[in-house]
Amino acid sequence: MAQIWKLLKSAPPTALFGLAVIAAYILVAIFGPLLTPYGESEIVGSQFELWGEGFVLGTDNLGRDMLTRLIYGARNTIGIAFVTTCLAFLIGGVLGLLATTLGGWADQLLGRLVDVLMAIPILIFALLILTITGTSVPVLILVIAVLDSTRVFRLARSVSMNIVVLDFVEAARLRGEGTWWIITREILPNAMPPLVAEFGLRFCFVFLFISALSFLGLGIQPPTADWGSMVRDNATLITYGDITPLLPAGAIALLTVGVNFVVDWFLHKTSGIRDDK
Amino acid sequence: MSEETRKTTGFTRREVLATGAAAGAIAAGLSIAPGIARAAPKKGGTLRLGIGHGSTTDTLDTATTTDLYMQVVGNACYNYLTEVSNSGELVPELAQSWDVTPDAKVWTIKLRKGVEFHNGKTMDSGDVVASINHHLGEDSKSAAKAILEPIAEVKADGKDTVVFTMKTGNADFPFILSDYHIGIMPAKDGKLIDPMSGVGCGGYIIENFEPGVRTTLKRNPNYWKTDRAHVDSAEVLSITDVTARTNALTTGEIDAMDKVDLKTAHLLARSKKVRLEEVSGTQHFTFAMRTDTDPFTDNNVRLALKYAVDREALVKTILLGHGVVGNDHPIGRSNQYHADDLPQRQYDPDKAKFHLKKAGLDSLKVDFSAADAAFAGAVDAGVLYKEHAAKAGIDINVVREPNDGYWSNVWLKKPFCAVYWGGRPTEDWMFSTAYADGVPWNDTYWKHDRFNKLLVEARGELDGSKRRGMYFEMQKIVSEEGGVVVPMFANYVMGVSNKVAHDKLGANWALDGFRAIERWWFA
Amino acid sequence: MAKILKMVTQRLALGFLTLFVVSMIIFLGVELLPGDFAQEILGQSATPETVAAFRRELGLDLPWYTRYFDWLGGVVQGDFGKSLASRRDVSDLIGGRLLNTLFLAAVAAAISVPVAMILGVLAALYRNTLFDRTINVFTLTSISFPDFFVAYILILFLAVNWNIFPSISNVSSDLGFWEHVYRVILPALTLTLVIVAHMMRMTRAAIINLLASPYIEMAMLKGISRSRIVTHHALPNALAPIINVIVINLAFLVVGVVVVEVVFVYPGLGQLLVDSVAKRDIPVVQASCLIFAATYILLNLTADVLSILTNPRLLHPK
Repeated sequence: MAQIWKLLKSAPPTALFGLAVIAAYILVAIFGPLLTPYGESEIVGSQFELWGEGFVLGTDNLGRDMLTRLIYGARNTIGIAFVTTCLAFLIGGVLGLLATTLGGWADQLLGRLVDVLMAIPILIFALLILTITGTSVPVLILVIAVLDSTRVFRLARSVSMNIVVLDFVEAARLRGEGTWWIITREILPNAMPPLVAEFGLRFCFVFLFISALSFLGLGIQPPTADWGSMVRDNATLITYGDITPLLPAGAIALLTVGVNFVVDWFLHKTSGIRDDK
Repeated sequence: MSEETRKTTGFTRREVLATGAAAGAIAAGLSIAPGIARAAPKKGGTLRLGIGHGSTTDTLDTATTTDLYMQVVGNACYNYLTEVSNSGELVPELAQSWDVTPDAKVWTIKLRKGVEFHNGKTMDSGDVVASINHHLGEDSKSAAKAILEPIAEVKADGKDTVVFTMKTGNADFPFILSDYHIGIMPAKDGKLIDPMSGVGCGGYIIENFEPGVRTTLKRNPNYWKTDRAHVDSAEVLSITDVTARTNALTTGEIDAMDKVDLKTAHLLARSKKVRLEEVSGTQHFTFAMRTDTDPFTDNNVRLALKYAVDREALVKTILLGHGVVGNDHPIGRSNQYHADDLPQRQYDPDKAKFHLKKAGLDSLKVDFSAADAAFAGAVDAGVLYKEHAAKAGIDINVVREPNDGYWSNVWLKKPFCAVYWGGRPTEDWMFSTAYADGVPWNDTYWKHDRFNKLLVEARGELDGSKRRGMYFEMQKIVSEEGGVVVPMFANYVMGVSNKVAHDKLGANWALDGFRAIERWWFA
Repeated sequence: MAKILKMVTQRLALGFLTLFVVSMIIFLGVELLPGDFAQEILGQSATPETVAAFRRELGLDLPWYTRYFDWLGGVVQGDFGKSLASRRDVSDLIGGRLLNTLFLAAVAAAISVPVAMILGVLAALYRNTLFDRTINVFTLTSISFPDFFVAYILILFLAVNWNIFPSISNVSSDLGFWEHVYRVILPALTLTLVIVAHMMRMTRAAIINLLASPYIEMAMLKGISRSRIVTHHALPNALAPIINVIVINLAFLVVGVVVVEVVFVYPGLGQLLVDSVAKRDIPVVQASCLIFAATYILLNLTADVLSILTNPRLLHPK
């Protein structure tokens, strides 16, 4: 505990801000139902009511409370995005590192497989699969994770490609260490920083992807609230200078900025550069 | 217009004249927004339309036209045998007059003389017969095949006359000939030369056709109508994203657009450069239940679901007031034989519960399939319906289906789904398209002996007041025993630049009955 | 060098294999979609009879493998077949669209790649300063917005309020070069905002990652200026991951811009592909997907070759 406190004290203000944002989002996501004045899909007023009493942030296109939808959106969207990104990194990262460590035919096989997957436009691929399988949340998570993992694979592979040829890896091999040991002890720590930086971005790409899917009429089943679809549903208003659609978009942006501030801090710490300021 | 029409058409049977005149009021929409005051149309300018449909797979063959984009382009480059005028009357176009036998079985159509196609060929009966046959026969891929099914034989009688023999009497047949699928195209040796060429008798000639992107048209210098085709040229853009369309209109990239985003219509209306135009016609949205599938086999369940929807709330929220409530049958208030005295069904959770109980159920859980491909706001409508029905102990699970493949995968397949209907100008056309026993688009799989008997009787009946009685009864039957919830009739809401002027807008279809290009002009 | 040549030929050969597999997957995928061309083209007005007639005429009643190998046979001879919808040659249909797509991608890349690199290097150079953080927040915010939303905001300001650029990219082949550029500026800016953050952050991260290396410390001890260290010592060694991210984003510019095309009504390949999938116009879907796949394979190969060229250890493995 004391260590954590010490760590926090040493963190730059941006990282603290990022941590605070993430903590707030997680709290909101967990205690959402207690915080919201209304039910998730309850219609409580007429549509597009203005900000004010009763509806702090007004109502949406069906007359549902905007604040309530945003809070439930946090629950659904962050949950889905987090699980999806973790899954994508698990699949992509492990396979990517395996490919470089094993080399040879394993590298070729995995590389070509990923090539095939990546060569198919991602939106079309998702469209094909989701149209066939339907858009239930587990399917959505799985499809996006698999598609995303190809990108992670490539990055992990290219980063670790530079590492496997280094002397200490060579040394470990000569010592007769197993593949898994080499991956987790020698390569992963050195490949971590770019992967973490990627994690911060991939995380928000999931939101965006869901919102792009809702552009094509796929995406999350109603009346579940998710920020991507909420931006889409209210987007037209921006044309008239109404900032309603900025709320869910802003919620995504704030989280993205927060997560990436923390990622930056982590990068800074792992890079081992002395702070020369 | 109608006075002159009657003179030139020269009906020979008084009865037909009576029917024709009465039919005049059919589909006469209520033009709500006042257009710009009438002034003599001016010539010139380029009319640019932004349309929320269009696909790279579009072709100029009217037989496979499915959406507004090709409907508007088709109506610019083709002429049809008849036309529904802006006041909703049926007027002759390439036909000059028609005549029918007392059993409404043999229709003889005299063609207008001296009309030329864009390629210089003079239109005659051979072209008309080939154009009709394009939709018939085993190899026809036409979407109009079903509505032309009643034709037993079509043949030319000299160069200027075509005779249609019906399988059974059909009093509304000339209306069907105005259908946007049945463009008249040039033929050679009894075959259409090329149905995809865009060569017709219409007021505009295709200059450039890029499917899914744009079509440019220039005025047909030999157009036979003297009081139409005012603008020199036209450009039809496919802009499927509603925000993009709205922006294009406000920044002056286009002069008119269809399907205004209703959520922001009031904001658009504030613009000084643009006005909203709105007509209410036969366009309606339905929630179709398959009456051959449980639990919808029980009429009490259907009635419960009909009582469980708050139509007023749907019109207010989904259409933002740009429409009127439906009464669980597909006949609009602008139709000639609309049953005005049929009591409006109201939202009544208690009655819904009552009918559930009668069906032997305490509660009910059903899946409702919707996608915005059905109509804009269909998914939202489902979500609202769910909230309404919950009060009656009915749990509606809204399933958002993919837009992709909605019409082949969901419609006619799923037991309960959202459907869009453009509506039809006549009762017979509407009923025999989607409610008659065994027709392919009977999306409720509904069979009702009395209804089907009345349908055939009314079709062959030339006496207007008798028909009225029959159609009233049929609406009542559909409303009380049919498999369809008709929550609302939607207006066509368009955005038009203030530079553009027009006469009263046709209410039968969007954009002045698809005819904006030949009817509108620049003020 | 000979090694690289060998690798390139090998990879190109593999590339063809990839294309073959892709075409197979896409074909099967479209086959598995509910409904076929005949049903989709007629939409709500499809009846069993008309659908059957359509299928007969287009040969859709044949089993899928027959159709696939017919198509493949054509492709081997350079014939991509005809669109089921318009009966036009697929190559005619796609040519102009492809040029449009490449043009937009080129304009967007010409803006975004230099901007991202410069910002990334500057951010690494002045890391943890106000400048670094501002750039970070701005780029992160811009990528957290869905692309259509960024487009709407740009349109609101640059087209509707200030009327500088047209709100839709209505292009045709008879436009001059600069007119064409002018009309695609808004979509290009949208794409730039969407991808810059990714490339810029990777540049920054890759450089910072190297700054702790002994050779950099050595350079610092030697008293070489910070900017020189970053540009001359760190950047060259950080190129591999940067190039990778740039290439992925270039591929995105060609392949993933459907939504931007829709919003700006830009007649590119993405829109054509989505329309064709929706209508199950398989020859067009296949040809577009193959173009996208080939683009990806070539860019990918370029990235790998560059990665090797920039890393002597990979160039001369022990």
